[in-house]
Amino acid sequence: MAKKEYSFYPGCSSERKASASNYMVSVESMCKTLDIQLNEIPDWNCCGASIGYAEGGELPRHTLNARNIALSEKHNANQDIVATCAACWLGTKETQERLSHSEQMLADTKESLKEAGLENDYKGEVPIRHMVEVLIEDFGYEALGKPVTKPLQGIKIAGYVGCQTNRPFGVDGESFENPKYLDKLVETMGAEPVENYDQKVTCCGGALAFSEPEKSQVQIKKIIESAYDHGAEMIVTPCPVCQMNVEVYQDQINKTYGTKFKIPVTYYSQLMAVAYGSNAKEAGLNGNIVRAPQLEEIAAK
Amino acid sequence: MTATNTAMVAKYQNNFLQEVEANVEEGDWVKMCMQCGVCAGSCPLGNAWEHPPQEIFMMIRAGKREEVLSSESMWMCTSCYNCIVRCPRELPITHIMHGLANYAHRLGIAHKKNPTRRFAKIFWNNISKSGRVNELSLSIKLYFMDGIVSGIKKGLQMMGVGLGLVKTGRLDPMALISHKGIKDTKGLQAMLKKANEIEDKRKGYAS
Ligand code: SF4
Ligand code: SF4
Ligand code: SF4
Ligand code: SF4
Repeated sequence: MAKKEYSFYPGCSSERKASASNYMVSVESMCKTLDIQLNEIPDWNCCGASIGYAEGGELPRHTLNARNIALSEKHNANQDIVATCAACWLGTKETQERLSHSEQMLADTKESLKEAGLENDYKGEVPIRHMVEVLIEDFGYEALGKPVTKPLQGIKIAGYVGCQTNRPFGVDGESFENPKYLDKLVETMGAEPVENYDQKVTCCGGALAFSEPEKSQVQIKKIIESAYDHGAEMIVTPCPVCQMNVEVYQDQINKTYGTKFKIPVTYYSQLMAVAYGSNAKEAGLNGNIVRAPQLEEIAAK
Repeated sequence: MTATNTAMVAKYQNNFLQEVEANVEEGDWVKMCMQCGVCAGSCPLGNAWEHPPQEIFMMIRAGKREEVLSSESMWMCTSCYNCIVRCPRELPITHIMHGLANYAHRLGIAHKKNPTRRFAKIFWNNISKSGRVNELSLSIKLYFMDGIVSGIKKGLQMMGVGLGLVKTGRLDPMALISHKGIKDTKGLQAMLKKANEIEDKRKGYAS
């Protein structure tokens, strides 16, 4: 298969020494195997996330995202924009939609972009996609299965889809209630998807995990408990915020509720990197706070 | 009470719906709500909402301006988009909640103590300065927003999480000094300033 190129929007959390730096490491390994070239958008900025709204008004927020789109259309012309973070993807896509529906908003955004010298670069024409869409739509499960050299045999994995890759846009036309793409990816990598994982689209609290920790941890507890109840040994996610929220508060939840949670929470790209033959470091496994011994074992083989 | 708030009260008299339609993000959708109640059961932090979205829409039509804008409810929105995909009238509920929160904050009559409002403010200041999130400075400011004593207490509670992230290379303890952000911070700041000015003018905030 010929090399595929995309314009890449990594997002703040994927920066070196940031909270999802290990996601990035595994994405790079996965892309190497699949012959995907990611061309980083030069000088990209933060998307404003789902929490920017209090201080940042509507127009400033759209302007932030429009700057990234403009930079991409200028430097990586005609390449689809691909994000690895669900919130970055959603935010960028929402801006593109909003600007295509409102001439006023578009004109105001361009006037603002002028201050950064980008007023003529925003076209809003390229598709904006999440990495999992690229995998499923441009490759397909069969092609993704081909490079597997070390199937993840016998590991039971709960696919935690969360909200923002699923709603409001969704991936590959799947249902909002029971999207299957993570389960199918898990299966393609030779592991065992946990069927009937009933909290797979439950919201973890998102950014409110920081500002309303007690309330969000009630959500996170449900998500983990249901994974255990259905026999999962590991959770897999498509989003750095979901990953972080479900992984790092397990100790606190244990203290509050007397639970004994200790379940690894990995990225789909980590599963793929290991199945494609990467070692633990290349799969970013050393970045997991709750280590994933089963994956480490396979990676060491 | 701010001058802007007083001006808005005078401008819209008792027509709160009209005020929302003019000034709140996606506010012109509010009148489309048919009060079916589907969204009311959709919010993940459900019982923390004193007034669920359905009720907020009803209150807007009933002109309960103070109650709506000073409410803590819309600050409980996690942006999960459950409501949007379920609403039979396709109201962009998530955005209306964010819009109401932003509007109340702008008028200076938003819930004072709400932690998400204060966190969101810190977050925006963080990114609009350097263009990218500095996770270390963001978390430090968040934990210390209630003062030094409570900050140390929260910091200690979160110490395990922080250490875990540092050990796995996912949080840079030196980021206060080393975090760089984007190259064109000047362009970015000028661009945001412009966007703010235009928005102020459109919404009648500017004098
Ligand atoms: S979603 Fe988070 S990580 Fe992604 S760009 Fe926005 S703030 Fe940064
Ligand atoms: S599950 Fe949590 S982090 Fe993931 S998209 Fe939903 S709110 Fe955001
Ligand atoms: S689901 Fe839609 S129509 Fe029904 S109450 Fe909520 S906003 Fe109104
Ligand atoms: S997006 Fe906000 S308003 Fe809608 S269901 Fe989720 S929390 Fe409730």
